Amino acid sequence: MKRVVITGAGTINPLGDSVPATLEAMREGRCGITDLAFRDVERLAIGIGGQIKGYDPDTHFNRQQLSLYDRFTQFTLLAAREALADSGLEFTGELADRSGVVLGNSGGGLLTQDENYRAVYEEGKNRVHPFVVPKLMNNAAASHVSMEFNLRGPSFTVSTACASSNHAMGQAFQMIRTGMCTAMITGGSESMLCFGGVKAWEGLRVMSKDACRPFSATRNGMVQGEGAGVFVFEEYEHARARGATILCEVLGFAMTSDAADIVMPSKQGAARAISGALKDARVNRERVGYINAHGTGTAANDKTECAAVADVFGQHANDLMMSSTKSMHGHLIGGTGAVELLACIMALRDGVIAPTIGYEEPDPECALDVVPNAAREAEVDVVLSNAFAFGGLNAVLAMGRA
Amino acid sequence: MTETMTVQDRVIEIIAEQALLEPSDVTLDSTPESLGIDSLGLVESIFAIEEAFDISIPFNANDPSESDFDISSVASIIAGIETLMKEQGS
Repeated sequence: MKRVVITGAGTINPLGDSVPATLEAMREGRCGITDLAFRDVERLAIGIGGQIKGYDPDTHFNRQQLSLYDRFTQFTLLAAREALADSGLEFTGELADRSGVVLGNSGGGLLTQDENYRAVYEEGKNRVHPFVVPKLMNNAAASHVSMEFNLRGPSFTVSTACASSNHAMGQAFQMIRTGMCTAMITGGSESMLCFGGVKAWEGLRVMSKDACRPFSATRNGMVQGEGAGVFVFEEYEHARARGATILCEVLGFAMTSDAADIVMPSKQGAARAISGALKDARVNRERVGYINAHGTGTAANDKTECAAVADVFGQHANDLMMSSTKSMHGHLIGGTGAVELLACIMALRDGVIAPTIGYEEPDPECALDVVPNAAREAEVDVVLSNAFAFGGLNAVLAMGRA
Repeated sequence: MTETMTVQDRVIEIIAEQALLEPSDVTLDSTPESLGIDSLGLVESIFAIEEAFDISIPFNANDPSESDFDISSVASIIAGIETLMKEQGS
């Protein structure tokens, strides 16, 4: 079994357009959730989201590229460029053949679909741009990353709703651990903030109209966000031989299915994924100092997640910290685990635990240390990242210090 | 389409934009290949022409030579457009 380390990170999300900017915002407990701005927003009941503002695609891509890149692909490529530059890796020869791209994503090119459905249904147009299909397909981002960086090994997209990124990164981890690949570009992205995208979410009646307040007794729902997080996962000996900077080590991964309900979470399913990741990582539960929670800010998720953590950790649940950075960047759905992995890296590398902001009042059903409102300095050895998706699909990653 | 711009000028402008060239570099006997326009670029050019002239062009990217629309040169593309504009009453 090979060891797997992370040697590069990149992001664009509501908190910032780079890893340093994002970590600074997390340290300061800044909120990236603002008023949504797009066509027909006044017809929505939900008017807030973690929307990336002040972003100009023309400064990053030419006209020809933009005719093929949906917003989720643009975000992915920007994050991938930062991650690849950070890692210092270049893919040629055998390394290119043994390296690939596994990315999480749920909505694909939803903005492209929304725009073109509008053109043909609402505006009655009978002709659409020829690249609608290659632009909206869920694997577009993974494919464009493979093309831009010459990654010729296994590449595909994982789509498991809110757990997409964690499933993708878990897959990348396993592909390197088993010796199948030398390096993998992994993480995820999402861009669903358009009229049709938010309207669909409204239907579920789980969205907050004012803020995402995970674990607070006053929480009233989730808030959507957009963006991407991309990482370079690399086989440890390969990274060491080239003198790469190692951000952290990926120690273990587990996934489970609730096999119960299409939307309601299950304590058992979540607990099995958490304990599975510890077992896979071969670490004692007492070594876990921080958990980046799924923490959506819905009534159901947060109490179920806290109960699962209490079950798995017993007495130690009172000693560890668990925060939800969704309070700051919103729920990036298929890209959320990737952006949240940055908080895990910050905990391990910088000894800074990102806070759960917007926390107003304790909830007896969420009686853990959720690092309320202000970041905290703490040395931690092992961290977990939780993702529990609609459809009852759970994916938990365990990371350790470099 | 502005009154002062002929079909020829407009087509050359569209094709030049697709080929990332100046309109002066595109001549009537230029072919899509000589201008470096690949199959995706060709499909995008056809789309831009349909939008510009509000016509529908019978073009199948699976086998362009089998289409009724002759894309072998800039001149043949212009001639085809003029015929379609008459037929489709644009």
